[in-house]
Amino acid sequence: MTTDVEVKSDPRLTLGARINFRWVAVFIVLGAVLPFVVEGYTSFQMTLVMIYAIAILGLNLLTGFNGQFSLGHSAFYAIGAYTAAVLVYHLDFPVYITIPIGGVVCFVAGFLFGLPALRLEGLYLALATFALAVAIPQILKSSHLEDLTGGVQGLDIFRPDIPAVLVDNFDLTMDQWWYIITFVIMLLLFWVAWNLINSRSGRAMMAIRDNPIAAQSMGINSSLYKSLTFGVSAFYTGIAGALSAIVIEFVAPDSFTFQLSILLFIGLVVGGTGSIWGALFGGLFILMVPNIAEEVSTGLSYAVFGVILILVIYVMPSGFAGLINILKVRLRRIF
Amino acid sequence: MNNGKKFTLALAAVAAMGMAAGSAVADKKYGPGVTDTSIKIGNTNPYSGPAAAYGTIGKSIKAYFDKVNKEGGINGRMIEFVTLDDGYSPPKTKEQTRKLVEQDKVLLIFQGLGTPTNSAVHNYMNKKKVPQLFVATGATKWGQPDEFPWTMGWQPSYQTEGKLFGAYVMENVKDPKIGILYQNDDYGKDYVVGLKEKLGDKAGDIIVAEESYEVTDPTINSQIIALKNSGANVFFNVSTPKFAAQAIKKVRELDWNPVFLNNSVSNSVGSVYKPAGLDKSKGIVSLQYYRDITDPETQKTEPYKKWKAWMDEYYPDGDLINTFNAYGYLVAQTMVQVLEQAGDNLTRENVMKEAANLNLELDMLLPGVTIETSATDFYPIEKMMPVEFNGEKMVPLGGVVSAN
Repeated sequence: MTTDVEVKSDPRLTLGARINFRWVAVFIVLGAVLPFVVEGYTSFQMTLVMIYAIAILGLNLLTGFNGQFSLGHSAFYAIGAYTAAVLVYHLDFPVYITIPIGGVVCFVAGFLFGLPALRLEGLYLALATFALAVAIPQILKSSHLEDLTGGVQGLDIFRPDIPAVLVDNFDLTMDQWWYIITFVIMLLLFWVAWNLINSRSGRAMMAIRDNPIAAQSMGINSSLYKSLTFGVSAFYTGIAGALSAIVIEFVAPDSFTFQLSILLFIGLVVGGTGSIWGALFGGLFILMVPNIAEEVSTGLSYAVFGVILILVIYVMPSGFAGLINILKVRLRRIF
Repeated sequence: MNNGKKFTLALAAVAAMGMAAGSAVADKKYGPGVTDTSIKIGNTNPYSGPAAAYGTIGKSIKAYFDKVNKEGGINGRMIEFVTLDDGYSPPKTKEQTRKLVEQDKVLLIFQGLGTPTNSAVHNYMNKKKVPQLFVATGATKWGQPDEFPWTMGWQPSYQTEGKLFGAYVMENVKDPKIGILYQNDDYGKDYVVGLKEKLGDKAGDIIVAEESYEVTDPTINSQIIALKNSGANVFFNVSTPKFAAQAIKKVRELDWNPVFLNNSVSNSVGSVYKPAGLDKSKGIVSLQYYRDITDPETQKTEPYKKWKAWMDEYYPDGDLINTFNAYGYLVAQTMVQVLEQAGDNLTRENVMKEAANLNLELDMLLPGVTIETSATDFYPIEKMMPVEFNGEKMVPLGGVVSAN
């Protein structure tokens, strides 16, 4: 007979974390097969879902696991996207390399932003990140930087041709190729995030979230961890931004408004704040639901979106991942 | 869709294609979106957002295609007009255009509205070899058949208009000092380039102030104040309807009475002069190339009566004094002409070929204004007429002029 206490404790703390290999394998197989059974445009949409998932995971590391509230992740997404676009457009960089470069640039930006942000907690940090988010689109549009950023009209970038061997043998399309690239990057980043969370550093991050004073008393270098987490979080979102610039083949300031920050935040909450894989569901939500809302009513699409969001939060207060966990516990009790 | 249903559909599609290929007559050549009974045309228009005043153009085009379909279609094919809202936002335009081309598989994109929005898909359309036809913007860059053979404008280019305004100032204003308000994108800058080109060496002396604004700005009041303070006696307004109405109100509020030049893009009683105040809009000079539907003289003509009958039957919600509804009527007629000329050869290549082979007079254009294109001339309309708004209607100030 199990007592209530045992059932409620997080198995990761008692048993040590293990990846559920069966589910992961199923996911990888399904994910790898998907682009070959659906239409090109759907592959493109699924690629965007994965890109959002990476960005949401970045936000999750900062907000969900480290407790630092950020409304400014659209800024890091934009920095990643524009880094890729500018390098390809002006300096003819090979497209693939711009992805990690975008991530690194954002890591530095995130870390540098995280340092002064150490002084800010909760609402004040939210406001500071908000300021960053609203400043970025205007900076990108400004006439001073127009030659670099393309101003309001933005920049086009074109993806390089797929390696010929793949086209000849597998008849691979551009959409399928970039779906696979994004899928591999996503798996890699998710695995790294999982390792981070389940390491000492991860526990330090979560300790800072749960009780900053106790964490510091235990000897955790709070300032260092908080800034580094900001950097890592920005790194993830920057990679997502760079991927989005390449896959959409276009960047413009209006793609990166404060609304994007809110969307990422919505994706985080709907997916589940303490969960890594929940980010995928969050990404799916923020891509599909606005489109559905627009089909219901063009004039009232935001209102419809709001209603759906409220319903979802009401039904799943701890996000989709939370819902799955509750179901798992309930099912275990039954069987 | 599960795999089984998808497979059956794919099988059916292959079978259908096989049958179609077998029965195809040698003359009939179809691009994407075309069947024996229909032609699918895509469009993006701002039905929401800062440029929503233009949304009526999309609606009037749909209404004209409804009329064409009711009367039998084009060579027996009905037009399926798929129009999506892009909110005048370039990334949204890219997304919707991509959807139209890759998911809906339209034959061509017709009359996409806006300069920044069309710029966002300019390279994409030419790379994908999809016609970007008769774009609803006058930016000069749409008329470059060598570099962008799949893109064509329709209305007189903004640079042409800028030059004509420059000519007007030189002829009619003594000791001119021009203050310019322009939208900070290709559209606004194009007009300024045209004006400066016409003024030549004197541009530096005559133009005393230039103020720009962003489409996302809520008002342009500070810019108007700055222009008044510059001592300008000519105000060249290069802004879209929402901002033009604001500009008119502010100029009058500041008790400033310059020679008011208004770009044709905002020369509309319904969208600009009425909201700003008909009284305040008196004396505004602009350039026209199609008949003024608010002019009682025009309303007595046969072309107008035909237009009005169409509005009453197919677009009863439309505003009868909004010139954009005459614009939509005219561009739709041009598109129909191109498709009729293409006959049964409805590939994308042939559609572009016929678009570059136009010599057309439409009855709602001002007499003397023609639509002419060739393989080297991708500017369909190049003639305009100066007019002045007298509080009720536009009064001609001379005849139709050409910038060349």
